[in-house]
This record gives sequence, structure tokens and C-alpha cells, in this order.
Amino acid sequence: MKIWVPMDSAAKALGSDEVAEAIRIEAEKRGVEVELVRNGTRGMIWLEPLVEVETPEGRMAFGPMSPADVPALFEETHPKALGLTEELDWMKRQTRLTFARCGVTDPLSLAEYEANGGLAGLRRALDMSGEQIVDEVKLSGLRGRGGAGFPTGIKWDTVRMAHADRKYIVCNADEGDSGTFADRMIIEGDPFCLIEGMAIAGIGCGAVQGYVYLRSEYPDAIAVLTRAIEIAREVGVLGDSVLGSGKTFDMEVRTGAGAYVCGEETSLLNSLEGKRGVVRAKPPLPALEGAFGKPTVVNNVISLATVPVIFEKGAEHYAHFGLGRSKGTIPLQIAGNVRHGGLFETAFGMSLGQIVEDLGGGTASGRAVKAVQVGGPLGAYLSPDQFDTPFGYEEFDGQGALIGHAGLVVFDDTADMLGMARFAMEFCAVESCGKCTPCRIGAVRGVETLDRIAAGDAAAIPLLTDLCETMKDGSLCALGGFTPYPVMSALRLFPEEFGAVKEAAE
Amino acid sequence: MRHSNPTPDEIRALIDAELHREGPLLPILHAIQHAYDHVPEMALPLIAEALNLTRAEVHGVMSFYHDFRKAPAGRHVVKICRAEACQSMGANALSQAVLDKLGLDWGGTTADGSVTVEPVYCLGLCACAPAAMVDGKLIGRADAARLAAELEGAA
Repeated sequence: MKIWVPMDSAAKALGSDEVAEAIRIEAEKRGVEVELVRNGTRGMIWLEPLVEVETPEGRMAFGPMSPADVPALFEETHPKALGLTEELDWMKRQTRLTFARCGVTDPLSLAEYEANGGLAGLRRALDMSGEQIVDEVKLSGLRGRGGAGFPTGIKWDTVRMAHADRKYIVCNADEGDSGTFADRMIIEGDPFCLIEGMAIAGIGCGAVQGYVYLRSEYPDAIAVLTRAIEIAREVGVLGDSVLGSGKTFDMEVRTGAGAYVCGEETSLLNSLEGKRGVVRAKPPLPALEGAFGKPTVVNNVISLATVPVIFEKGAEHYAHFGLGRSKGTIPLQIAGNVRHGGLFETAFGMSLGQIVEDLGGGTASGRAVKAVQVGGPLGAYLSPDQFDTPFGYEEFDGQGALIGHAGLVVFDDTADMLGMARFAMEFCAVESCGKCTPCRIGAVRGVETLDRIAAGDAAAIPLLTDLCETMKDGSLCALGGFTPYPVMSALRLFPEEFGAVKEAAE
Repeated sequence: MRHSNPTPDEIRALIDAELHREGPLLPILHAIQHAYDHVPEMALPLIAEALNLTRAEVHGVMSFYHDFRKAPAGRHVVKICRAEACQSMGANALSQAVLDKLGLDWGGTTADGSVTVEPVYCLGLCACAPAAMVDGKLIGRADAARLAAELEGAA
């Protein structure tokens, strides 16, 4: 009997370790031989811990499981049986390219990785020139999944063409945005995919060393990826001769230290070098002077983890998914006050309303949806009036919003939007690196100004608007520059909570 | 329990183990904190010497990052997520209840040294909010009773 119990952090946080232990004990008690696999999560977090049992028809899902539900797994029927995992609505409706193996395989089994399409992309890339590799990425239309949406192939080409004795591939795994967990999920569920993507990037750009800057808040992800790199090195996927090609690429995990701003690429590079995580002015671009002053590709986890499938299936296959200039798929992370929270990978173009109401099933509390914050703490709030907006870079830009890392946080009608605006400013004040004045001072003044508004001083509203303009135009990076998005969108959508309506009536 | 008064040689050994890396300062600080639950003041000149930096530079780096502590935390550390997804599921009320019960402010440690409560901005458990961590154990859909039970179990 083969049983899968996820070891993903979210599954563990909901008790999957206890369920796995109960299965061991019950199997022993019944004298049944059980092969217990700790897989990643399928992404249906509301069903975690989701246990799967091998049957002649396929993998059967049960969830959400508790230790008390375990004995019935060995009986004929189970009250928490959900049917075949692949046939569940949530799974069937997805286009899983980047996350194809996540939740399916044992994350640390390289054999299973290969049996499910892994390393095919790297093998193909090893037969290509650097220029061909970069062209393939350009053709795929892949844009940076960290939030900025910059074309990945163009960034790679800049590094490829740069002359230097040493170049780097740096993976930004400092996923600090609330509502996002795609990076964590793929690192814990399919770490070889990121390793393969980085190796292809290294070989394409002529870089021999990679670093994954991974936040300290993700200890499980650090442990899994560190082990996966060791395994990859032992069998020659990494090292002096990648898969026997004679080409060198190796990589290392670096642990962050709790600074949100280090998700900004130049701040991350300073941190990697052992400095304060202060933002650098651009130019020089990191592609020309990045880590340790050398040409460096800085890409998000999902961008790099998508590279293997592009090489496995071909750039055109990837590019035929999507909408306009938003090619391919995006892992939506549906979170917050939502009934069906989790990760759903799909082509760009679904409407926000479909995502929240149809996939998410509305709020967890059962109350009306008041607002959805898309793209993390620096993303705008959107109201149900904007639910017909298609999910794409340009489409969200048109709404004064951004998709960021594609995390969506749902709020019900009890949300205090003035409080959320204040929190955005407070967070910016706590996390500001201090390099530029609009962010360092502006965020503190923003908190004070919002406190004045909360105390009934509507005259402070124009001041807040003006301050947000200054932060937006004058900040060096997205922390100060984008904090105005949640603040101003809250003010625009819910003026009555800021006392602005009263002022207008006077 | 780990002892929290290392000798200079013990610190030097931790530093030396990381010196082969490019940009070794953060790995060094992590290694020391991992071993002693904080980065003692006496370690800073040793690090500065090994990396050819000034003490002020090392202090500047250490104090920039939330993770590094100047003194050991309580015997148990509770981290409660304060970020938006957790707020949408009542994290503010949860953290207030925990802090009030222990008579603490964020970052504070109880008088008997048993519990420290720290804020954290996102554990990546946004689809099962609110989230918390007790001594490294993750808890989804956390509530005050569950956190109290975890602390009791750990005590």
C-alpha cells in the first residue's frame, strides 16, 4: 500500500506530521506494509492535510485528514474520500506547467524527477549555444514572475554579452509578500526544478556560480533545497561537468535575515555580499554590475523554475498560453479570508472575480467580499466593482494596480481599510532600508497623517495624497514607491472610512 | 540547554568555518546566533578582525537585520504573523490576546524568561491564516487556545 502525506509547511502547519505518524502506527497495528511518501502539496490548502492512497484507478485523495480519520483509510469506505486527485475540479481546471510535479513526486527523489520530465530541458540546453538558450527564453515570452514583469530573455542576454571573468545567477527567494507562497511551495515540493532552471541560466549566460537567497522565515524550504543541491552535486547535475558536458555550474543557498527590503534585487545583492541590505541606485544594472561587482542575473524563483518546462516542451508551447503580452501561465495564490485557499496555476486572462468567487469560493467567514489586495503589501486593493479585470500585467496596470507575485488576499466586509492603509505605511516605516528620504521619512509621516485622519481631521487627506505622490515619484525602489498603492486605493475605494465623504458634503 | 557565554576561541572556530564563502558575514552571524541564540557583543571585534572590517561596519550589518539578537530570547519563542493575509483572518485580535495574557509588548520576554513573543511578516501560510510559529513548529489557523496549548506542551 502506497500512501502520500505532504511535508509542505502549510500541510505541516495543519497537522500532516501527526497524520503521517498515525498512519505508521495504524499500519503496524494492522500488520499492513505501507510505503509512506512525503510529497509536496497539490496546492489545495483548504483540504490539507491531503492524504493520497494508490489504487488501480489512480491516486485517491482524502482530506482534510486528522489522526482520528486515519484508521478508516484501511477500511472499505471513508467519510473524507474526495475521489481521484487528478479528477478534482481544482486540479482538472489548471494548466500545470511550472508546478507539474509539485505534490506528485517525492521532492528529494531525483529518479522520480527524471521520470516525470525532469532534466530533459537541461539536456536539451546543453546541446545549444548560449545565444540559442537565451533566444529560446526570449521566444517563450517569459517575464519576471517576481512582480516587475521584465522580459527574462533580455535580462539574460545582457549578462551573456557582458565581458567578465566571473558571472552569477542569483535566485531571489526572499518571498516576503503576504499572500504569496508559490516560491516556498515549489522549493519544498519540487526543488530540482529550481536547480535545473538555474543550471540552464548559468550555462546560457556563462555563469558558473549560483546563489539562492532564501528567507529565514522558510526553514523547511532551506532544508529541502540544501539537501536537493547536495544530491544534485553527488550525481553530477551540478559541479565541474554538468551531466558530463564539461560545463561548470554550482550553487549555494544563502539565508536571509528577516529584512523585507532584501526582496528588492539590489538590496538582496548587498545582503548577499555581507553588507546592510540597503538599496543601490540603478544604473549600473545588476546585469552588468551585480553580485560582487560582476554581471549577474537576478531572477525570481518562479521565473527560474519555469525555465525547465520551456526547454522540455519548447518555447512555442509555453508561449501559446496566456493573454496579449502576458505569455504562459501564472501560479495564482489565493489567500486570506477565502473558503478555498491555495495555489492554482493557469494561463493569464482569468478575471479577478472568477478567481475570488469561483475558485476561491468567496470568503471563509461567509460574509461579503469587501476588497482583494493583489501583489503583496505593495499591491493595490481592488473592490468587487473591478472583478471583471482580466489577470494580466497590462490589464492590472490599467486599473492602477499590479499583479506582483500573483498573491491575492481576500478581505470580508469587516475589514478596516483605514487600518490597512495605516498598516501599509507602518510596515514601510519598519522595513525601510533608510537610503532614500521619501521612503524613510515619508512612511513615518504617513502613519502620523493617517492617525490624524482617523481622529477626524479630514483636512489631512490632501496631505496624504500629496505625500503618496512624493513617495511614488521620489523613492529609489518599490518599497517606498509602491506603498502608496494600497494606501491610495483604500482611500479611493472607501473614502467614507477616511471621513472624506463628510468633507465633500460640506 | 545551550550555554550563552562563548569563549573567543569558540567564536573564532565558527567564523573560520564560514570564511571560504563569498560574502561570509551573514553566514557567520547566522552560525553564531544558531549556536548561542544571540550574537554576543564580544563576537563583533573578532568578526571585524577576521573580515578586515571595522567594528562599526559589523555592528551596522548586524543591527540592520531583524533576525540577529543582542541577548538570548526566552526559553520558548512565539512568532505571530502580522501581515495582511493573517490580518484578514483575525491576526490582530490573536496577537493582542497572546500579548495581553503574557503581559508583553512585541519583542518582549516574560519576567521568568520562559516566553518571548516576536512579530513575523509572513510565514508563507497565507491560505491557512492566521499563522504562528512556536519554537520552530508551524501552526496554521492559529488561535490563542492552540498557542497556549503548544506552549504548555513545550514547557
